Amino acid sequence: MLEERHDFKAWIYLLPALILLIVFTFYPIVNTFMIVFMVDYDFLYGDYAGWTLTGNIEAVIGHRQFWPAIRNTIIIAFVSVPMSVIISLFIAVWLNSIKKLQGTFQTIFFLPYVTNAIAVGLAFAVIFNRDYGLFNYLLSLFGIDPINWVAPGAEWRFSMIALLVFITWNGLAFKIMVFLSGLQSIDKQYYDAARIDSASRSRVFRKITVPLLSPMIAFITITSFIGAFKEYTAIVGMFGEQMGHRGQLMTIVGLVYEALGEPYTAGSVSLAASAAIVLFFMTLLLTVFNMWVSKKRVHY
Amino acid sequence: METIEIRLQKLTKVFQAKNKEETVAVKDFDITIPAGKLVGLLGPSGCGKSTTLYMISGLLKPTEGRIFFGDTDVTDVAPEKRGIGLVFQNYALYPHMTVRQNIMFPLENIKMEKEKALERAYFYARLVGIDHLMNRKPVQLSGGQQQRVAIARALVKEPRVLLLDEPLSNLDARLRLQTREEIKRIQKETGITTIFVTHDQEEAMSISDEIVLMRDGVMQQKGGPQQVYDEPTNLFVAKFLGSPPINLFEGEIKDEKVIVGDAQFGRAEGRKDQEVIIGVRPEGFKIVERSSLKVKVDYVETIGRDTTLIIDKPSDPKYSKFDPEIAGPDQHENNNHVDEDVDVDEDMKRLQEEGSIEESAPEKKETFRAIVDADHRIQPGDEIKLSVKPHKMFLFDKETGELV
Repeated sequence: MLEERHDFKAWIYLLPALILLIVFTFYPIVNTFMIVFMVDYDFLYGDYAGWTLTGNIEAVIGHRQFWPAIRNTIIIAFVSVPMSVIISLFIAVWLNSIKKLQGTFQTIFFLPYVTNAIAVGLAFAVIFNRDYGLFNYLLSLFGIDPINWVAPGAEWRFSMIALLVFITWNGLAFKIMVFLSGLQSIDKQYYDAARIDSASRSRVFRKITVPLLSPMIAFITITSFIGAFKEYTAIVGMFGEQMGHRGQLMTIVGLVYEALGEPYTAGSVSLAASAAIVLFFMTLLLTVFNMWVSKKRVHY
Repeated sequence: METIEIRLQKLTKVFQAKNKEETVAVKDFDITIPAGKLVGLLGPSGCGKSTTLYMISGLLKPTEGRIFFGDTDVTDVAPEKRGIGLVFQNYALYPHMTVRQNIMFPLENIKMEKEKALERAYFYARLVGIDHLMNRKPVQLSGGQQQRVAIARALVKEPRVLLLDEPLSNLDARLRLQTREEIKRIQKETGITTIFVTHDQEEAMSISDEIVLMRDGVMQQKGGPQQVYDEPTNLFVAKFLGSPPINLFEGEIKDEKVIVGDAQFGRAEGRKDQEVIIGVRPEGFKIVERSSLKVKVDYVETIGRDTTLIIDKPSDPKYSKFDPEIAGPDQHENNNHVDEDVDVDEDMKRLQEEGSIEESAPEKKETFRAIVDADHRIQPGDEIKLSVKPHKMFLFDKETGELV
């Protein structure tokens, strides 16, 4: 009896959160899966013109921008995530080793995190401006001619480089914070012991710091990959809503958004749902792979 | 292995807090630790013993003074160049490495040939008796095994000096006994100059060749365990060593006689009349036919080998209570592990609660302990006469705590 009553109370407490989760998370997920199999779904009335097994999936795969979007998403994830993880790891180790001004630098490095991605994207667009951007100025010091990075007409590879620099930079702040707190929780005695055992700095880093930080590194890597697969805001911030010259920086979420942008076109919602499902399975696959790797590589 | 002596000269460490407040952790420490000996640095927590150890290791920089290894001044030498092995209090084994990797780590750092390093690692693993656990991770080991891995890791570089920081404090009572014999054996076999830090007097007494007692950063006494026990130079040392602890009485010297209340404890030839604190080791009492020290036995603790009598202290209201600060903290209060004495007290409490032992008087009575031969069949309540063995009695100045 007692337990049942407690159960009831617990459900009452959980109810507000549960209702929100059901309405805005669980139902849409289930619904998305269903829409994939509906022909010409209309979300205003919930009407649809029958069922199809693979029609919508075929439509999204056949979409003009599907394969470029997949390619862009994968490039963004597999370049920006490793880069930002490695760079932030070094910055965190360096921050952890300095004594003076540590707090100041910590604040400086964390500031980008509280800044809006669209605003920072606009700033980066200016940095990468062809005619008066800082980046081209730096290149000109080495005698390199100005490059069109972001403006209409820019080559895909240059736009992608500029985008990767921005995304990598934008991801640093949070990672540095997590790594720094991880480093600070490592028992100093390990370093004292290593010092007495005359371990070189690089060996201390490789053999002690990285393994002891491996749970944090795994966590950051997995969540960053998930985040990178969903990349959209950074591109809009830097290149505008058309996502680069002729949409050449289209990503999967971009595809979803674009399809939802014309809800009255028959089949566009089903297309968006299909793209979302493709993204879902990509993310799932990579996360399973990441977990499998970290089980082997993460210590204790 | 080359053995060297360690010499500390006026070693001082002052810690400065953020608010510029200074704490003197170690003050003018002068000592020579002979080559190839096992020396115990003993003292209550906060006495500066670990600080001293870390200064010898090089992890802490002394504020003043010099450290010599043999004839070389190593004060400004980096820890890794000093040729020391250090066993940390919580061992600091790398949790992500196996036992083998842990022991190999110092050798890999100096780029020793793989084969030679492996051979060396196994040699020391065998020496400490963990060669069958080489593939385990530290979490899969018991405290005692972890401790031995830590010793093997410290020894594998064949250092000139082995430093151990409270090496036994993380072990349970039985393992502690076993491990301290192990440490003694390993030290004997390797002949390495070893310094170990402990707050446990019994531990220090049982394995050290020499004991160095510290209090508030200042060395109190140094010598062989028996010597320090038998000839304490001050009240602190007398009180810190020995289990059960020394009994303290307030009394006076009058006409070269040592008087406590109505009883005469012994003679104090050549000492002038003064109020003193009299320390008598529990084993320093004898049951005799005739004596002025007549007492009634409160409790009897039987352990078989001998018997501990707990007896009301003879007192005299004319003496004010001496300041317990002179004696410093009671070492038994500092023990963070379960002490045998505590066990006895616990049992006593339990028995009292069960009503099998008479309630003691409501106000805490001042008692003392006498350890006597088990052949005397003494019951609680018996009246006995005691005499004091002269060499087990020490007279201390009431103000300074120094030996009179």
